[in-house]
Amino acid sequence: MDFEGGIDKLSFWENNWLTDMGGWFPGERVVLRGQDMFSELTDLSWMGQLLFGICGRRFNEKQVQLFDGIWRISTSFPDPRLWNNRIAALAVSARSTGNLGVSAGLAVSEATIYGHRPLLATMNFLCMTQEMLERGVPLESILIERFDRLVNGRPGSGKNRQVAKVPGFGRPITKQDERITPLLEFAGTLGFRDGVYVRLANDVELMLQSLGHNLRMNISTLMGAMCADQGLTPRQYYHYITLCFSAGIMFCALDTEKKPEGSFFPYRCECIDYQGPGMRSWE
Amino acid sequence: MREKITTAFWNEVAEPDDPYSAERCYCSGYDVYGELIQKAAWLDYLYLLFKHERPTRGQSELLNVLAIAAANPGPREPSVQAAMSAGAGGSGAAASLMAAIGVGAGNLGGAREVFHMMQAWERCGNDLQRWLEHLSSFSEMAFSASDVQESSGDVWLPLEHPPGFAPHGLRCAQPVKQALTRLVECYKERNQDGCGGEHTSWLLQHREKLEVAVNMPLGMTGVIAAAMLDLEFDAEQGEMLTLLLRLPGAAVHALEQRELGWKSFPFHGDDLTVTNDPQYHDSQHESSVDQVNTRGF
Repeated sequence: MDFEGGIDKLSFWENNWLTDMGGWFPGERVVLRGQDMFSELTDLSWMGQLLFGICGRRFNEKQVQLFDGIWRISTSFPDPRLWNNRIAALAVSARSTGNLGVSAGLAVSEATIYGHRPLLATMNFLCMTQEMLERGVPLESILIERFDRLVNGRPGSGKNRQVAKVPGFGRPITKQDERITPLLEFAGTLGFRDGVYVRLANDVELMLQSLGHNLRMNISTLMGAMCADQGLTPRQYYHYITLCFSAGIMFCALDTEKKPEGSFFPYRCECIDYQGPGMRSWE
Repeated sequence: MREKITTAFWNEVAEPDDPYSAERCYCSGYDVYGELIQKAAWLDYLYLLFKHERPTRGQSELLNVLAIAAANPGPREPSVQAAMSAGAGGSGAAASLMAAIGVGAGNLGGAREVFHMMQAWERCGNDLQRWLEHLSSFSEMAFSASDVQESSGDVWLPLEHPPGFAPHGLRCAQPVKQALTRLVECYKERNQDGCGGEHTSWLLQHREKLEVAVNMPLGMTGVIAAAMLDLEFDAEQGEMLTLLLRLPGAAVHALEQRELGWKSFPFHGDDLTVTNDPQYHDSQHESSVDQVNTRGF
C-alpha cells in the first residue's frame, strides 16, 4: 500500500539548508539574524547577543541588564546538593571532565520539581491567565478550574510526573523563596517592578491565599512575569532559560576539582535501603 | 545522620572490614557476581533489572529480536549522525553517546515517540475502533511552523505526526515489516499455547487499517512500542529502554568516524544559504523560506 509520502519534502532539503538565523563565511565573516557579527553587533554584550539571536530583535541596555540579573540572582547557586549541580560535582569527583559534568547538568535541568519544565509551565500559565482575564474571565474561576483539572501524575514522585496544576507557586525543601526580594529590588532599579505580568503574579498569589491554598510565589513566577513584561513568548523564554543554571553547575564542578577523587558524598553499603525480594537462586 | 538510598531491586553486603566496598551484590535477590554471571544471559539480566523478575522464554526471545532491531538505526539516522559528528570532530566517547541520546530522545523516530505510542496503547488497548477514534484526532490537525513554535506549553514541541508512524514514508519499510513479523513468529514458536505477544500480533493483523487511518506507514517506533508492551514494560520503561538499546550503533559509528576524521565526514560546505545575508540580499531566498514555513515542510 502506498501513501503520499514525503519524498518531495525531503528532497527539497537535501543538500539545501535555508536559514535566516545566520551562518559562517569561512575566513571572512559571521552573520546573525541578517547582521554582521563583527561590524553591526559589536555593541552587544553576551546576554544582549543571546537575546538578539533568540528573539530577532535588539533589547535596550536596561532590558539586557534585567535578563542578566534574572540569571545572576535566580538560577546559579554554588551548591552541589541541588539536583542539577550535583551532576557536575559527581562527574568531577569521579574524574570525568568538567564539560561533560556541566553538559549533563544542563540536560538534567529540564526537571519537574524545579528547572525548565516548571519555569516554562509558569510562563505559559501567566500568559494564558492574562489572556483569559482580558476576555473577562474572573481570576478566581481560572484558578478553581486549574485545581479541578484531572491529572495522572504529580510533580514530586510516581509515574508520569507532571508540573503542579498552578505552576510557580510553592517550593520543594522550603516555602520561603529568598530570591524574590533581591530580584524585585533589582528590577525596581531598572523600572521593571510593576509590569502587567508582575502585577498579575501578585494578584494570583493573593487569590490563592483567599481560596485557602497556602502557596507563595516562587522565583519562577517572577522570572516568567518579568520576561513576559518584556514581550518574550513562552518559546523564546524556553530558549532564554536553557543555559540559566550553567554558572552554578560549573561552580560545583570547579569546587570538586580541588577535592580528592571519589570524595563527593560517598555512601557505605549499609546506606542502601533495600526493599525487594529476599535471596533466591537463578536455577 | 547517614542518608539512605531506597531501592526495590539492588542490595549490597559490605566487605567485613570495608564499609565502602561490596562483597556481594544482589539484583532482586539474585547474587549477581556469585551466580548470575555464570548462568544468566545478558538480555535476561537486563530484563531482570527493569522488571525485577526473570523473563519467560518467550519474552527472552522477544527481547533478543527487539535488541537487534533497535541496535543500529544506521548512519543516516539523526541520533547516529549526532554520534558520528562528535566522533568526526574528535570528541570523546561520552560526548558521542550523550549526543546520540539527546538527539534520539525525540518525537520523530525517537524514544519519546515510543513513549507516546505506548501511552496511546494503554488507553486504546487492542481495540481497533478506539484506535481509529484516537488516530482521527491527528488527521484533523493542521500543522504550521508558527503553530509549532508558539503553541507549546511543554519543553517538547507539539507532535507533528501520529506517534508510531513514519510521516515521510511512501510505504511500510521492509525492515519495519520484517521486525514485526519476526517478533510475532518468535512468540508463536516459543508459546505454543498462544499466550503472550498480543500487541505485536494485533499490530501485524491491523497494520494496514491503521496506516490508512493516518495516511502514512507504520514506523519502527510503532513496532518497538508493541514489543515493549508484550514485554510488559510501561511507557516510561519503554522510553528508557529504547534509548539504551539504540546506543550500540551510535557507539561504533562514532568510533569509525573518529578514526576516519573530519575530512571524510559530510560538512555541507556549499549547502547552507543565509537568506538575509546583508552582503547578498536576495528577496527570492526570503520568499522561498516563507513558502517552506507555511507549507509545513
